[in-house]
Amino acid sequence: MQIKTMAEYFANGETPEILFWVGCAGSFDQRAQKITKAFATILDKVGVRFAILGKEESCTGDPARRAGNEFIFQMMAQNNIAVLNGYEVKKIVTACPHCFNTLRNEYPELGGHYEVIHHATYLQQLIDDGKIRMQESGSFKGRKITYHDSCYLGRANNIYEAPRKVLEALDAELVEMKRCKSNGLCCGAGGAQMFKEEEKGTTRINFERGREAVDTGASVIAANCPFCMTMLTDGVKEQGKEDNVQVLDIAEMIAQQMV
Amino acid sequence: MHIIQELLFVIAFGIAVYLFYRKARQIRQNILLGRDVSLNDDPAARWKNVLLLAFGQKKMFRNPLVAVLHFFVYAGFLIINVEILEIILDGILGKHRLFAPLLGSLYPVLIGCFEILAALVTIGCAIFLVRRNIVKVKRLNQHELDGWPRSDANYILVTEIVLMLLFLTMNTADQALQLRGHEHYINTGTFWVSGYFVPLFSGLSDGALIGIERGCWWLHILGILAFLNYLPYSKHLHIILAFPNAYYADLRPKGKVENMPAVQKEVQLMLQPELAAAEAPAADIPKFGAKDVPDLTWKNVLDAYSCTECGRCTAACPANITGKKLSPRKIMMDTRDRAEEIGLQIAKSGSFTEDGKTLLRDYITEEELRACTSCNACVQECPVSINPLHIILQLRRHLVMEESSAPQEWNMMFSNIENNMAPWKMSPDDRDKWAVEMNG
Repeated sequence: MQIKTMAEYFANGETPEILFWVGCAGSFDQRAQKITKAFATILDKVGVRFAILGKEESCTGDPARRAGNEFIFQMMAQNNIAVLNGYEVKKIVTACPHCFNTLRNEYPELGGHYEVIHHATYLQQLIDDGKIRMQESGSFKGRKITYHDSCYLGRANNIYEAPRKVLEALDAELVEMKRCKSNGLCCGAGGAQMFKEEEKGTTRINFERGREAVDTGASVIAANCPFCMTMLTDGVKEQGKEDNVQVLDIAEMIAQQMV
Repeated sequence: MHIIQELLFVIAFGIAVYLFYRKARQIRQNILLGRDVSLNDDPAARWKNVLLLAFGQKKMFRNPLVAVLHFFVYAGFLIINVEILEIILDGILGKHRLFAPLLGSLYPVLIGCFEILAALVTIGCAIFLVRRNIVKVKRLNQHELDGWPRSDANYILVTEIVLMLLFLTMNTADQALQLRGHEHYINTGTFWVSGYFVPLFSGLSDGALIGIERGCWWLHILGILAFLNYLPYSKHLHIILAFPNAYYADLRPKGKVENMPAVQKEVQLMLQPELAAAEAPAADIPKFGAKDVPDLTWKNVLDAYSCTECGRCTAACPANITGKKLSPRKIMMDTRDRAEEIGLQIAKSGSFTEDGKTLLRDYITEEELRACTSCNACVQECPVSINPLHIILQLRRHLVMEESSAPQEWNMMFSNIENNMAPWKMSPDDRDKWAVEMNG
C-alpha cells in the first residue's frame, strides 16, 4: 500500500477524493494507530483516492479550547486552515469525533469551510453503496456487541444511527447499554480530561462506563473514538474482563471482516 | 356594601400587579447585567423550539410518567387562567359568574373541564410531594437543595394543592346554593367534580354556604395574587421564563464552542504581522472568559433564572454520577444567586462596585469546573434549554487565560500542542510514522 500526502498529490498536479485527517491520537497513540491503519486499509481496498497531511497536520486545538486556552486553539486552527485552504481541500474524513467536531463546527467561522465526515458515517455510506462487502460468516457473526456512543459524535452532532448501521453489517447481535444514544454516559476523556487526573470522586467515569458495558454481557465493545478506546479499555481491565471483552473501533471490525 | 368589596378587590389586584411588575423589572435588569449577544437569527427554528419545548414539553417526555403528571399541572396552570379571568372580572365588576349567561350550556362544560384539571393538579402535586419527601428521588435530594430550595419546592406544591382545593370547595358551595334556588347563585348546571361533594354541605345554612363560597373565592384569588408575587423569588419562575428561554436556545450543534473574536484577531496578527500595519490598535484590552456574572452573556443569566432546579442535568452528569463536586444544577443556582446579589447591590447603591466577591471561587470552585468533560449531557437533558456548559467553559477561560491557573498536566498539554503540534510530547516528525510502516 502507498499512502500519499497532500503535498505529494499536489506536486503531481493531482487532487485526491478525500483528505484523511488522522488526528494526534491516531498518529501517536499506539493503540489508536491500529484504528488509523485499519481505516487506511479500508480506503485502500475500496479504491478511494485519499491523502493525509502527514507532518503538516497539527492538533485541531480541541483539548486546548475546552480547557480554556483559546490562544493555543486559535494558533492551531488558523495554521491548519492555512494548510487546508492552501491545498484547496474540499472533503475531510476523520476517525476522531473531536477532530470531526472541531473541523466541522468550529473552523468555518475562522475561514475553514469543508465537508467534514466522521468515519462512522463514511463507512456507512461505503456499505450502503455496496463498496464494502462483508465475509459470509465473519468472526463477529452472532456475537454480542455493545456500542458506546461518543459524546462528540452523539450528543454534540446528533449522529447515533450511522455507527449502529455499520455494526449491523457484521451480522452481530447488538445489545444496548442502559445509558445509550442521547442518554449515553461519557467515557470521561472529553473536555481535555484525557490529559489530566480526574477530580476526586467515588469512582472514575471510565470505571463506571466499563462496568456498564461489561454488564451487557457483550464480548465486544464497539467504539468510534480513540479517546473512548483508551478509557473503555481501562474500564474493562478494572472489571478484570480484559481476556473476555475486547474494545474495538468500528473501523477495525470492518477492516477485519471485509472481503 | 357591594362597592366596598369591589374596591377592596381592585386595590388588592392593583397592589399585586404593581409588586409583580416591580420585581419583574428588577429581574430583567439583572438578566441584562450579562454582556450582549445577538440571538435573533432563524426565527422559524426558534418558534419551533418554543412550541416543542415550552408548549409541547417535548424533553419532559424523556421520562414519560413524570411528564404526564407534570403535563397535568402545566395544563391546569395554563387553562385555569381562563377561569381566573372570570374571577378577576367578577371581582372588578361585582358580578357573579359573569361568563355563565354568555356561554349558556357551554359554561358547565368549561367549568367541568377546569375541575377535572384542578383534581389532576391536586393529584399530580401530591405525588410530587411524595417523590420529594417520602420516596426521596435522588436528584431531588442532593446537597445543593439543602435549605431554601427544598422548602421552596414544597411551598409551591402545597400552595398549588391548597389553591385547587379552594376552587373546588368554592364550586361545591356555589352548587349547593344553586340547588336551593338562592337568587344570587344562578343555575349553571352540574359541575363534574364538585357536584359529587354537594351532599357534604347539606346540613349547612344558606348563610354558612355563602360564607364558604365567598371565603373560598377571596382566598383563592388572593392566594393566586400572592403566588404571582412569590414566583419571582422562587425557582418556580420557570413557568414564565421557560418560554423566552426556549426561544433563545442555541440553535447550533451542541459540540460547537463559542468563538472569541478578540483572540482570533490577536492570533491572526501574530501569524500574519503584515496585517498589523493596516489595523488600528485595539482601544482596550478585552477580558478573557468570565469571572463574575457581568462577564457572562444575558442568555446565561436568563438560563439561571429559568432553572427550576429539577436536577435532570446533574442526574445525567458523568462527573456527578461518579461522586465529583460538579453539579450543573448548582452552576445555574450559583449564577442566579450571584445575579440577585449584584442586582440587590445596584438597587441599593445605584451601581455595581466591587464587593470583594465573584461568581468564580465565592460560588463556583475550580474543582467543580475542572471536573467537566464537556459531554453535553446536562445541555441535552434540560427541559427548558439551559446550557450550564457554556458558563463552565467561560469560567475555565478566565482561569487559564487571565490567571494562568491550570493543573500542571494541562500546562504540559498546552506547551506540547504549542511546541509539538500534539497534546503529547511526541516528535512532529513521527506523525506519519504509521504511514511509513504501512508503505513498507
